Amino acid sequence: MITKLILLKIKSAFTDLLPIILVIAFFQIVVLKQPLPQMGEVLFGVFLVVLGLTLFVQGLEMGLFPIGESMAHALAKKGSLFWLLCFAFALGFSTTVAEPALIAVAWKASEIAGQGGLIDPSLESLQQYAFGLRISVAFSVGLAILIGVMRILRGWPIHYLMISGYVIVMLMTIIAPKEIIGIAYDAGGVTTSTITVPLVAALGVGLASSIKGRSPLVDGFGLIAFASLLPMIFVMGYGLIIF
Amino acid sequence: MEFIYEFSKILLATGRDVLPIIILIVGFQLLVLRQPIPHLRRLIVGGVYVVIGLALFLAGLEKALFPLGNIMATQLSDPAFIYGPGEIVSQVDWKAYGWVYLFAAMIGFATTIAEPSLIAVAFKADEVSAGTIKQWGLRITVAVGVAFGISLGTFRIVTGTPLYIYILAGYMIVIVQTIFAPKNIIALAYDSGGVTTSTVTVPLVAALGLGLSSTVPGRNPALDGFGLIAFASLFPIIAVMGYAQIMQWSTQRKIKYMEKKNAI
Repeated sequence: MITKLILLKIKSAFTDLLPIILVIAFFQIVVLKQPLPQMGEVLFGVFLVVLGLTLFVQGLEMGLFPIGESMAHALAKKGSLFWLLCFAFALGFSTTVAEPALIAVAWKASEIAGQGGLIDPSLESLQQYAFGLRISVAFSVGLAILIGVMRILRGWPIHYLMISGYVIVMLMTIIAPKEIIGIAYDAGGVTTSTITVPLVAALGVGLASSIKGRSPLVDGFGLIAFASLLPMIFVMGYGLIIF
Repeated sequence: MEFIYEFSKILLATGRDVLPIIILIVGFQLLVLRQPIPHLRRLIVGGVYVVIGLALFLAGLEKALFPLGNIMATQLSDPAFIYGPGEIVSQVDWKAYGWVYLFAAMIGFATTIAEPSLIAVAFKADEVSAGTIKQWGLRITVAVGVAFGISLGTFRIVTGTPLYIYILAGYMIVIVQTIFAPKNIIALAYDSGGVTTSTVTVPLVAALGLGLSSTVPGRNPALDGFGLIAFASLFPIIAVMGYAQIMQWSTQRKIKYMEKKNAI
């Protein structure tokens, strides 16, 4: 019974991965007409990926989703707006500030700004710039989750907030320095890590289902959307203030 | 031996990612909520699964798929492959890059299907909507959006048109769609833009963008290499809302048809 269940999980993880394998095989063999290099290594890697994905999905159902929802329920029951907002902000800020993808992007951005002559190209000022960028992105993600939680509590429709966010992004694109725009757009995508997303989704859905008159589907989602919109605005704003 | 060293490095890095979350949750439980965590053992086991699973997943990707994807992105965008060996290229012909667009679309689709964040959100959406939003339906729709977005993004790099025009046009479409799309899909649609770009998609897509912008004559990797991720997070929003609109439209048509039939 248990073996059957495990086999089923492994099978579904393999299905998730199948498209990548097919695409790579097709282009290697049909288009580039070259045999796959290091077949053994690749097969071992695929085995690890399937195993890892199986464990991850199992862990989601057992750990991340329940803890996110039970925290949301407990905080909603406590009824203290202050602590709920504190939790929301801290969750966004703390998971983003040390995110490796963000550190990489911030460093890259400081190099480009240095080469473009926008800031003093000494190492110290580059580091300072990259650190400032990281803090502003982390702050913006914390603020985004906070606003998202406020939206769930008050039942504001998401599209007003998102559309005004888009309008701000458009306006800032016009006035922001060219060098920062590409980085700013990409910063929105890299801030939400694989562990943060399930937790934030569970928080939103848990909160929306424990408040009367909120629907988990309409109100529970949307936190991640804010977390990828606000960093764009903050990064462009940071570029405007610094230069 | 070397593999064990590499794996423990990745495991440590994943553990460091989780650390702030653990501190936050434990801190809030002890200091603010002041109550024991229910099902503590199950949660710990689940958390350990997530960390080990993610580390294995990343180790496997780094071992097998990323090197391969990077090599292929460079090979496919190599002028010798595109224009035939020995050709000297001065003028970029966007029509010659057919395989690149196709590769971009297919790799975008395939990596999105395997994206763990999207799996998590699709799982939740299925649960919350009581099955009206199917896990696979959402994942495939998002993947189609990413495929189209990345393909268009490579076209932009080849032609060298400015990024912001595409993004602004995309936002316009999103705003117009928001007005007409069914209200209960909007939040989910916006969310699916943010989740597509994480562990699997970003490294492969970034490699494609940088490879392409350094081999296409007249492109500058520092300016043109970025932006593919922005495409990958914009188009899923359009795809999910579009799919919901089509579904709504076809149901309404069916209802109207039935009403007409009944009237006769």
